[in-house]
Amino acid sequence: MILKKNELSRELKNFTINFGPQHPAAHGVLRLILELDGEVVERADPHIGLLHRGTEKLIENKTYIQALPYFDRLDYVSMMAQEHTYSLAVEKIAGVKIPRRAQIIRVIFAEVTRILNHLLAVGCHAMDVGAMTPFLWAFEEREKLMEFYERVSGARMHAAYIRPGGVSLDLPLGFLDDLFLFCNQFNVRLDEIEEMLTGNRIWKERLVDIGVVSSKKAIDWGFSGVMLRGSGLPWDLRKTQPYEIYSELDFLVPVGNSGDCYDRYVIRIEEMRQSLNILNQAIKLIKEGPVKSTNYKLNPPSRSEMKVSMEAVIHHFKLYTEGIILPFGETYTATEAPKGEFGVYLISNNTEKPYRCKIKAPGFGHLQALNEMSKGHMIADVVTIIGTQDIVFGEVDR
Amino acid sequence: MDIKIKKFEGLTKILPILTYQRINDEKIIVVSHEKLHFVLNCLKLHFGYQYHLLSSISGVDFLGKDYRFSVVYDLLSLTFNSRIRVKVFVNEITSVPSVVDIFINANWWEREVWDMYGIYFDNHPDLRRILTDYGFEGHPMRKDFPLSGYVEFRYDENKKRVIGEPIELTQEFRTFNFEMPW
Repeated sequence: MILKKNELSRELKNFTINFGPQHPAAHGVLRLILELDGEVVERADPHIGLLHRGTEKLIENKTYIQALPYFDRLDYVSMMAQEHTYSLAVEKIAGVKIPRRAQIIRVIFAEVTRILNHLLAVGCHAMDVGAMTPFLWAFEEREKLMEFYERVSGARMHAAYIRPGGVSLDLPLGFLDDLFLFCNQFNVRLDEIEEMLTGNRIWKERLVDIGVVSSKKAIDWGFSGVMLRGSGLPWDLRKTQPYEIYSELDFLVPVGNSGDCYDRYVIRIEEMRQSLNILNQAIKLIKEGPVKSTNYKLNPPSRSEMKVSMEAVIHHFKLYTEGIILPFGETYTATEAPKGEFGVYLISNNTEKPYRCKIKAPGFGHLQALNEMSKGHMIADVVTIIGTQDIVFGEVDR
Repeated sequence: MDIKIKKFEGLTKILPILTYQRINDEKIIVVSHEKLHFVLNCLKLHFGYQYHLLSSISGVDFLGKDYRFSVVYDLLSLTFNSRIRVKVFVNEITSVPSVVDIFINANWWEREVWDMYGIYFDNHPDLRRILTDYGFEGHPMRKDFPLSGYVEFRYDENKKRVIGEPIELTQEFRTFNFEMPW
């Protein structure tokens, strides 16, 4: 028997593997179907929805105040940033201005949240890539920041502190002093993390030129936040469409130029330094004053007022039995959450419940570019790219 | 920036718009579903508007209306720092043209709308369910879909696997939505 040459040649098939949903580097419950050619990724098909809780449906069945805590639970590493967006959306429809002290407190917590998120992003990214130590340092700092959360709201994570019409309570005594002390020491902690990573040869080998996104591609994919700035577009909603008191604050927007994972890492570090800068400015700006709007359709009247005014008692009763009633209207409000543009598309219909509350999560938009970003890279780089996108499944799956 | 964005009202002259409105400085235009593809393409490529970035696509269910569903496209122009919202109204039978060939990131957003509302998108490259479970039936964000759903899951000790069965509630789900008595 003679073998012909074409019979000898074997057919090569791509190798398909299941990455996740329980893989620790998948940042939660991402199921990735990877089609591999050797170790090179040919195609990545993310299957999401394993953490889908129907948040939007639940919000439609709750009053405006009851809907607020769901926003903590979306992206559970940047809690207050999302409450903030929702509160802004409700205030926009209600047409309510909030007092200046409340605005500054919101900015303080938005920036504390940004540091919280970026510490986790950088720490976990480093751990996925193989550097264990920065993760431990980052989590020690996160614990301190969550103590600030705890002091104002009683909860380490799911604070429900920023509410429509202001914030729920005034800052406790000595809070700003401790925040100032934290700001003074945090720069050194950041330096330590940077010493470990920024010039590190292994870290650079794993990150430089991985997951490159050109500025055109970044716009096409609808990126926002760090993913957009990493590709060289100076777009930060705090600068371009300022809310609260951001227009008075002096801070810089770091921008990358090559659009790879390393640039995005450097931007995250720099954003933390800028957040510290903002915190220091906010501590100087803050003055005594009310922390809730005096619109009794949104916020309850004070206890002392209720002792003397019948109308205040009625307002209090109406607010807590019926809830906030928003007139007909709709808004798409977006803020610069740590992960990118977090938007709330709210439709109100003159009742106490939102008719529709669409949540535009930045992670959802970023994750769908995973296929294109990881194409042609090694399988180990997929982990780097998931880390750089800073995916949290609470917000992707909603 | 020397060039300024063209006036919002000018859009009516160049695009087939049904209605337009402003709510709190947010620009909203309503177009018919036949013209949607053209309008979005024009908004993206027109030099005077340059809405290059698609923020999100959301579905809304207005149960009881003739055109029951609305699909809402939020566009953002980085050049002019401007947002616009494009709406299209459809019913259960009509489908919406997919805009994946204009905005590639419309892919997942349209899949989500399809999954949640059952609005069909023509010419979508990969219209699978996205957020719900494998083998899920129904479109959960529709207003006539109950909050508690139809199926509940548990681990069956005999079959050694997770099984789904029709939901049994010890107390019927109640919506406290009465008219104000006072």
